[in-house]
Amino acid sequence: MQRKKECVAMLLAGGQGSRLYALTNNIAKPAVAFGAKYRIIDFPLSNCINSGIDTVGVLTQYQPLELNEYIGNGQPWDLDRAFGGVHILSPYQGKKKSSWYEGTANAIYQNMSFMKMYNPEYILVLSGDHIYKMDYSEMLKAHKETGADCTIAAIEVPIKEASRFGILNTNPDGSIYEFEEKPKQPKSNLASMGIYIFTASKLFRYLEEDDANPESSKDFGKDVLPAMLNAGERMFSYRFKGYWKDVGTISSLWESNMDLLGDEPAFDVGDPAWKIHSRNPLAPPEYIGETAKIDNSMIALGCEIEGTVEHSLLASNVVVEEGALVKDSVIMAGSVIKKGAKVVYSILDENVVVEENATVGEESGKSSGIAVLGRAITIGEGVTVEGGKILDKDYKGE
Amino acid sequence: MAVSAVGVIFSNIHDENIPELSRHRTMASIPFGGRYRLIDFALSNMVNSGITTVGLVTKYNYQSLIDHLGSGKDWDLARKDGGIILLPPYSDETDAPYSNRLEALKGITGFLNRRKEDYVVISDCDGVARMDIADIIRYHEEKRADITMVTHRERDINSNYFIALSPDETGRVRDLQINPIGSGDVNLYVNVMVVSREFLLNIIKDAIAHGLSSFGRDILAKNVDTLRIYDYDFDGYYAGVKSLKSYFKHNMELLNKGIRDELFGARDIYTKVRDSAPTKYFTGAEVKDSLISDGCIIEGRVENCILFRGVKVGKGSVIKNSVIMQDTVIGSGVHLDCVITDKNVVIRDRRHLSGCEELPYFISKGRMI
Repeated sequence: MQRKKECVAMLLAGGQGSRLYALTNNIAKPAVAFGAKYRIIDFPLSNCINSGIDTVGVLTQYQPLELNEYIGNGQPWDLDRAFGGVHILSPYQGKKKSSWYEGTANAIYQNMSFMKMYNPEYILVLSGDHIYKMDYSEMLKAHKETGADCTIAAIEVPIKEASRFGILNTNPDGSIYEFEEKPKQPKSNLASMGIYIFTASKLFRYLEEDDANPESSKDFGKDVLPAMLNAGERMFSYRFKGYWKDVGTISSLWESNMDLLGDEPAFDVGDPAWKIHSRNPLAPPEYIGETAKIDNSMIALGCEIEGTVEHSLLASNVVVEEGALVKDSVIMAGSVIKKGAKVVYSILDENVVVEENATVGEESGKSSGIAVLGRAITIGEGVTVEGGKILDKDYKGE
Repeated sequence: MAVSAVGVIFSNIHDENIPELSRHRTMASIPFGGRYRLIDFALSNMVNSGITTVGLVTKYNYQSLIDHLGSGKDWDLARKDGGIILLPPYSDETDAPYSNRLEALKGITGFLNRRKEDYVVISDCDGVARMDIADIIRYHEEKRADITMVTHRERDINSNYFIALSPDETGRVRDLQINPIGSGDVNLYVNVMVVSREFLLNIIKDAIAHGLSSFGRDILAKNVDTLRIYDYDFDGYYAGVKSLKSYFKHNMELLNKGIRDELFGARDIYTKVRDSAPTKYFTGAEVKDSLISDGCIIEGRVENCILFRGVKVGKGSVIKNSVIMQDTVIGSGVHLDCVITDKNVVIRDRRHLSGCEELPYFISKGRMI
C-alpha cells in the first residue's frame, strides 16, 4: 500500500517584506516577532496542525537562517511527524537547471516532487504574512462539497481598501466568474486572502503549463488563477468571517499587535480551543516591581518591569527601568528601556537598548508615524528619536 | 565540559515534608516559583553540567510527574541513549515496594550496571538551588573521595529527618549525625551526593549481604572513619523545602532580585512548556512586587505574590502575600492575604481569606470556595 496524505500544505515564506524596513533587514517576514511571544509564521503553522494538516512544506528564500532555526524539526507545533511533518524547502540546484524561486507559482512548481511524495489529493497554499485563526478543514470540506478545482478563501474588506487586494467577483453560489488583481475600480469588496485549496492533479497540470509559458510572471494571482478561470475550471470562493490581517507594513503590524489588547480583544491568542503554538522562551516568570505601573498591556516571561507600561506589548526578557515609560508600543525580546527613558508609539526590534532619559517616538496624534528601531541598536543617553523615524544603526544624536 | 556521570533522582523521598502538597503528587512535582516543579531544579543542574542520562526513582503518586516530564524533550533529555529513565518500584510477589533509600537503590542496580558513566549524582527533590555539578565532581576527584556530600550552612534546622556533617579542615567528614539535637550552625546535607558508579554498586552489594537497611545510618554514619566521605560546601542560594511554611517563605524569596538572578541568571532552568499566551494586564490592574507567569489575566490588584500559569484575578480583587498556583480562578471583589492555592482552585466573588506567614492558609487542589 502506498502511504498518502489527503492534503499537503505549502507555505510561501520567501518574501523579503521590504515594507517592514529595518525589521526584515536580516530575517524573512514570517520570522518577524508578533504579539509578545509569537512569530508571524506561528499562525499558519498552528492553523495547520489545529486543522489536522500535519504535512507542511515551508518555502524559504530571503534570509532563511533564522526562520529555519526557528522551525527546526517542527516539534513546537507537533509537526515532527514520522511521515509528513514540516519541511523547509529552499531553492536547489537541479540536474538541468537551478534557479531561485521566481514567483509564488514557480516556488510551488519547483517543489512538485515534494508534494508528489505524499500522493495528495489536495494542496493547500498559504502565505506566511497573515495573522488569523482559520480551520482549513472546513475550507477543505467546502472544496469537496462544491466539487471545485480551486477554492479561494475570501474576506470582505472596506470597499475603499479593495483596490489593494486581489478581488473576487462571484455568482450567488460562490463560484468565481472574474478575478481582478488590485483593480482600480473594484466591482466587489470580496478580497482573496492568498489561501488556496487546489485539487492536486489540476494544480500540477496548470503549474506545468505555467512553467512552459515564457510570457508568465509565474505568480498565482496574476497567472495561474486567471489561466484556470479562462479554461473554465470550477473555482469557488470560501467566505471567511473572523479576524484576518496582512501584517506587511509597519502600521498594519503595529495595529495587529494592538488588536490583542483589551478585555474583549479583536483577536484572542489565549483561546484554549485554538492554541497558537510557538517556541517558548526559556525564562522565569516576569517580575513586576514596587514602582511599576501597568495598564492594558501584554507582558511575556522574563521581563523585569519597574517603570510605567501602557497599552503596549513586551516580549520575553524586556527590562523597563524605574521612571521609564513605554506607551502604545511593541517591544521585542531582550530590549532594555533605561531609567527616565520614554518610548511612545514605536516598534523596537529585539535587544535594542534605549539609554537613560532618551526619547523614542511621539504620541500617535502628533506624530508623523511609528518610530522603528532595528535589531540590537543603542539609542544614546538623552537623545531624541522623532516619531516616524526608522533606524537600523546606533544613534547618539546629531 | 560534559561530565561522565549519570543522574539518579529520588522523587518521593521527603513527601512527608509537605503532606498538603504531596497528597496527589510526588515531592518532585510540587509546583514552585511560578512555572516550575521542584524536580526542574535538580534536572536542570544535571543537564547544565552535561549529564544526559537521569534515572528517576518513583514509588507512588507519580502520574503528575510523568505528565510533567513527557518524553523529556523540554530538558533536552529525549535521547536515543539515556535521557530520562523512569525507575518505578521493582518488586516480585514476595517483596513489597521499597521502604527506604537503600532498598530503592537495590532496586535500580540493574540500571546502574547497564550504564557506562564513571560517576553517579544522586539528588532528592526537596531543594531549590543552582549548583554546578561538574564542580562537585571535580572536587570529588581532587579529594579522591569515596563519597562527596553537598552541604549548606544553616542554623536551627526544623525538619523531621536531616543529616549534619562535621568535616575537618581538609573537608573530610569526621562525624556524621542524623537528627542531632540542639541548634546553632550546622553543615546541613542537602541531599545531593556524588559517588563513583562502581563504588556505589559495591556498597549496595555489601549492604544486601549484611542485611543492612538504612543508607544514612548503617552505611554513612557507621563507616565515617573508614570511608573517605567529603563535605562539599555549597555557598550559593539554597532553599530547602521542609514544610508548608518554608515552602511559602522560599517562594516569596524569589521576589528578591539577587536570588532571582542567581537562580535564573543564565536563563537555564528548564521546565515543561505549555504554549500559554503572554499574560494580559487589563485597565484597572495594579501589580506590585510580584512574579507573574504566562497565560494569566489580571484585572485586580496583586501585591507581593507569586502567580503561576493561567491564573485569573477578577476586578476589584486584592491579592496580597500569596502563592497562587496554576489555573486558579479568582472572582471579583475577593481579598486574599497569605494564602496558598493549589492547582485549579476557584474562589468565588467577594470571598475574604487570610492566613499568616507562620501558617499560610492552604486551599487544596481543585477546591471551590
